[in-house]
Amino acid sequence: MIRLAVVSGKGGTGKTVISASLALLLPGKKILVDADVDASNLPLLLSPKKIWEKPFFGMEKAHIDPDRCLQCGACRNSCRSGAVRLDENRYRVENFRCEGCAACTLVCPAEAITMVRHRSGVVTCGLTGAGPLVYAHLFPGEGNSGLLVHELKKIASQRVDGFDLMLVDGPPGTGCPLISTVSGTDLLVVVTEPSVSGDHDFQRVIRVANRFRPRIRVVINRADLNPDRVVSIEQFCREQNIPVIGRIPFDESVIRWVRGGEPAPLTSGPASEAIHTIASNIAQELGTP
Amino acid sequence: MRNRQKVNDQMRIVVASGKGGTGKTLVTANLAFVLSQKMAITLEDCDVEEPNLHLYFPSSGKETVVTITVPGIDESACTLCGKCGEACRYGAITALSDRVLIFPDLCHSCGGCALACPALAIEEVERPIGMIKVSFPLPGLKLISGRLNEGEVQTVAVIREVRTRSEDDPLVIADAPPGTSCPLVETLEGCNYCLLVTEPTPFGLHDLALAAEVVQVMGVPAGIVINKNDGNDGDIVDFAKTHSLPVLMSIPLDREIARVHNNGDLVCLKFPEWRERFAALAHCLLGEYAGGGA
Repeated sequence: MIRLAVVSGKGGTGKTVISASLALLLPGKKILVDADVDASNLPLLLSPKKIWEKPFFGMEKAHIDPDRCLQCGACRNSCRSGAVRLDENRYRVENFRCEGCAACTLVCPAEAITMVRHRSGVVTCGLTGAGPLVYAHLFPGEGNSGLLVHELKKIASQRVDGFDLMLVDGPPGTGCPLISTVSGTDLLVVVTEPSVSGDHDFQRVIRVANRFRPRIRVVINRADLNPDRVVSIEQFCREQNIPVIGRIPFDESVIRWVRGGEPAPLTSGPASEAIHTIASNIAQELGTP
Repeated sequence: MRNRQKVNDQMRIVVASGKGGTGKTLVTANLAFVLSQKMAITLEDCDVEEPNLHLYFPSSGKETVVTITVPGIDESACTLCGKCGEACRYGAITALSDRVLIFPDLCHSCGGCALACPALAIEEVERPIGMIKVSFPLPGLKLISGRLNEGEVQTVAVIREVRTRSEDDPLVIADAPPGTSCPLVETLEGCNYCLLVTEPTPFGLHDLALAAEVVQVMGVPAGIVINKNDGNDGDIVDFAKTHSLPVLMSIPLDREIARVHNNGDLVCLKFPEWRERFAALAHCLLGEYAGGGA
């Protein structure tokens, strides 16, 4: 079983379209994970049929029992997240801010604070034409997206028997959810686009990824929009010894797919051709030609 | 750390999108530019995992390191009782029979271990996780950029530091991080208005709905900017109507706009008509929601 993740640093580079295309084109039996738990878009392209759904519990959150509270304020003084608030002479925990550290329970002289389980999202497994897809919805404003990514990968890992490939559509950024995504990955496909911000985020994500030592391959999307920048991306990749395995031109048939038409890789056109080349490069890499 | 409350007399506008790549930075940079022509404004880059605003406003500035505290064990005082490890909910401390192991990467700096230690053997030490840069790239424009070090996970701690540096400023525009979890909440707290930038695709609509829900839960008034508009914006307009969110601006899908922005240039500097349109947006934001004209 090989673990492949598609990441980009910056959002909007076309990572989800490429993940979905690889899911459709790569050979073998695949299990798919949408690790962009803040904005999971892979289900929009692959229309999974729901198999099961279960709640996701993030960190426990503190709860103050108003009947036992002595209003001494020790909890508020100990809380470094600013989660304990005094409203109308009652101490109260702001769920948004509570990070579940339980420091307040250590200082409360009245034992008025308990840690309670907190439902912060939903995990769903559905069946798509490309294989089962595990994805999640984090309730608005909830934290723990890194923990949720870890949970999704764990669920998929428990079901890997009989699968050749786990394909993960990663989150943007370089923080907690990205690190959860990259750890344990064998092959990382980094998608970038030729723009000043794309460049900047691309270099950051490569530096983070290098710490985990996966094999890294680069795809340049919308490559025809700014050929000079493509040259500089390729230069950077050569210096870093990272192969560029595809350049996808801007192509409106991709937008039609996103809007609910036929999958781009199954149509003809310049983007489709480029995506097929990328998929066969990766298939070769994975030893499943 | 104190609670983040609304700062008196400060007007804070956050530009958010749920999804990345919708043009949030394009809107923020150009809006800030036209505002800075008329008044002193502060621009915060709260997208600290991938800060990009400095690319549009290059300037040298003062950099300071952002640190968090992590536990350090005084081995001469430690009795190896293991209470610190029991108290830590993040798996950052493991007490063995002969020593205590600390994993700083997992530490959330809550201080619980120090509270739990009966021997007072834990002293907290500073650990750098990022950088804040304050610069003045244009007269009237103060730019505060936060940058999380690569490989670190404490995004929110860096955003807090960015916000600390604008506390006394009258008008703040903040570029929010993508997504809808803790980094966005930290950026939105105590703000007066949120501009939601979206694009007319099912991805854009899906993520707009999530971001709009956060904004609504937090009780922040909001309006929409549609970017990359190719005319197929019916779903977004319907969403805006049913959620009573005004569409304040629409930017067409245009190769020239994309090219200028992708090169790190300001669209409103290259195209005078866009300078006027961003000025109108600024006027609308300040006039309507702060009770005073721009």
